[in-house]
Amino acid sequence: MSDLETFRAETRDWLAANCPAEMREPVRDDDDVCWGGRNWTFKNDAQKAWLDACVAKGYTVPEWPEPYGGAGLSPAEGKVLKQEMARISARIPLSSFGIWMLGPALLQFGTEEQKVHYLNQIAQGKIRWCQGYSEPGSGSDLVSLQTYGEDKGDHWIVNGQKVWTSYADKADWIFCLVRTDKNDKYRGISFLLFDMASEGVSTKPILLISGNSPFCETFFDDVKVPKEQLVGELNRGWDVAKYLLGHEREMISNMGGGDGSGSLGKAVKPVLGTDAMGRLDEPVLRAQLAELDVDGLAFKAMAERFMDELKTKKNHPATPNMMKYVGTELNKRRHELVMSAGGSEALEWESEDSGEGAKSRGWLRTKANSIEGGTSEVMLNVISKRILEMPDG
Amino acid sequence: MPLYLNDDQAMLQDSARDFISGEAPVSHLREFRDKNCKDGFGHALWKQFGEMGFTGILVSEEDGGLGLGNVEAGVVLEEIGRNLTPSPFLTTSVVGVEALNAAGKDMRDRWLPGILSGETVLGVAIDESIKHRPENIAMKAERSGNGFKLNGKKQFVIQGASADMLIVAARTGGSAGETDGLTVFAVEKDAAGLSAESARLVDSAMAAHVEFDNVEVNADAVIGEVDQGWDVLTRMLRAGRVGSAAEAVGVGSGAMDITFEYLKQRKQFGTLIGAFQALQHRAAHLYSEMEVARSAVLKAQQLLDEGSAGAELMVSVAKAKAGRATNLAVREGVQMHGGIGMTDEYDIGLYMKRDRALAEFMGDANYHANRVAEMNGY
Repeated sequence: MSDLETFRAETRDWLAANCPAEMREPVRDDDDVCWGGRNWTFKNDAQKAWLDACVAKGYTVPEWPEPYGGAGLSPAEGKVLKQEMARISARIPLSSFGIWMLGPALLQFGTEEQKVHYLNQIAQGKIRWCQGYSEPGSGSDLVSLQTYGEDKGDHWIVNGQKVWTSYADKADWIFCLVRTDKNDKYRGISFLLFDMASEGVSTKPILLISGNSPFCETFFDDVKVPKEQLVGELNRGWDVAKYLLGHEREMISNMGGGDGSGSLGKAVKPVLGTDAMGRLDEPVLRAQLAELDVDGLAFKAMAERFMDELKTKKNHPATPNMMKYVGTELNKRRHELVMSAGGSEALEWESEDSGEGAKSRGWLRTKANSIEGGTSEVMLNVISKRILEMPDG
Repeated sequence: MPLYLNDDQAMLQDSARDFISGEAPVSHLREFRDKNCKDGFGHALWKQFGEMGFTGILVSEEDGGLGLGNVEAGVVLEEIGRNLTPSPFLTTSVVGVEALNAAGKDMRDRWLPGILSGETVLGVAIDESIKHRPENIAMKAERSGNGFKLNGKKQFVIQGASADMLIVAARTGGSAGETDGLTVFAVEKDAAGLSAESARLVDSAMAAHVEFDNVEVNADAVIGEVDQGWDVLTRMLRAGRVGSAAEAVGVGSGAMDITFEYLKQRKQFGTLIGAFQALQHRAAHLYSEMEVARSAVLKAQQLLDEGSAGAELMVSVAKAKAGRATNLAVREGVQMHGGIGMTDEYDIGLYMKRDRALAEFMGDANYHANRVAEMNGY
């Protein structure tokens, strides 16, 4: 048996012994997704047991080095673990902006001390993070941000406002872009980490068209941030931010054709009914669902190729922008068809049967996919300029 | 297996790219078109394909080939697509060889050496209607003496009139719509009662309408088992579909490259037109679609080579996606070239023609999207 096959067999055994049956059920409610953090209440014992088992094994962040809380798996082993988890429909033990976004940036730009301190906390699900990037006047033109950190010797005093801060009202810490030099647009931004419990931090949820409030406005009023909480070089936070945005785009793009998004046509068949040939009784919708399956499976292949290439650094650095563009547009299309196939029942907004409007709220939520983390239009600009090297106007 | 070309495959890609763009760039197609070549391809180039070893990619090492897979065949096909090279490679060395790989040793010995050396050309006779519907094959093969008597018509047999042997799917039992009762035959070009009438297609390839009028073949002309030809046909179709998808990705990439180059040198309103955001966004969208298609094709090839059960579904995904993306590439290509995109002098129109012909080969994007729905149970 090759090393990889041995690893697969061991992983299979470990999962069988450690992944509770409840954690192999599909995610139904928001609190089925474990985000960890200081204020997390586990939904049940199984959720806690699964997280604890993964933390002990380093499997919340399997490919991170062991000193930082990972299992130090090779890319090939990481892929095997993912496949084996998918095989038994195991839930992700810990969802975390720390894992998906901040962690990779710390691995690249953090000091050794920062890595040991923050990465272990992230891996163990002890700190829930949020991201302070967009501001009311700085959306697509992020680099124009105005939140200011005034140098006070051993600390900064931060004043300003962020917006679209995901789960800011639930987060423990924030990674935040702050202007530390007003004279240089690009080189005047620094990447700071600070506790959301600091004096002067306040949040206000934003009610969205989905009726939910996953995002907040976040206000900083004379917030004191110690200097050792700077990541990377002073005034070079834009480099960290760009690197991290790449990971954010990758994360968002994976929502499109990624795991658990099997054939929609197959899923809606019992509801819509079939003709004498066993085909969906809505021929035009069926055709659209078929095209969605084609694009979904093809995108899934691209996501796999992207992840494989990433590990050998074969990708063009702007590839995540393409992934994000394609993945989010696909996800929006999927949810348009979820609504279409769901008919009048999918319109229900407040009813137990509809899971309090899960379909309609989910559909509306996806409209943000191609706006958050860089709009589709900005993605197309980046693809055009950086990958295709189209001329400037 | 990681989803990108390994080192050996990347080396093959380098050599195929250099060889095909050097020996058979688009001007090679123009030469054969303009001299009204009756075969629609060059025999000298086919021999060179043999010398390069390309013709034996899917032939086992035991039979003197390279014993490689659909990924490697796809590498060559992509370069054929990128250069619009007229070549019997897809029908002979991919679909034909896949059929022969299911045949007995005598038949393999009879045909494979000529294919390996780039002398033999095979034709594939499956379609009987204007659209690809292999499950509806109605052509009859009745038992007669020690063999069979074939009667019926086939169409869209690429290079059929130039082929040394035709691989023919016919019905020995059952009725149209059934997969049982099909049998695959090897029919030599000089068989009595066989006639082929060629027509030049929009992309300058030659395709034949073939008529079988009491064509007698021996029992040893059967490839695989009598009445169980669907198994052989399935092998041929999978390889041909994923192969033509790979060629389509080459066509789309070639069209895209010359179009993007044009955007970077054509000036209007005092500026390069590639600086206009209206075109940049369309270019970026097209690039993304081609990358998705390329990924789907590679995934399908890998699954086929692994013998995975998921290959059938992914082959149809690949053919459908490559068809859609490449069609977008050639349509955007002609439009972005403006007026000169309509001229015969510029190559972009040739890419549009090739895409149209390739789309119909072994099922277009509609056919395969429908198959995906069927395989997914709706």
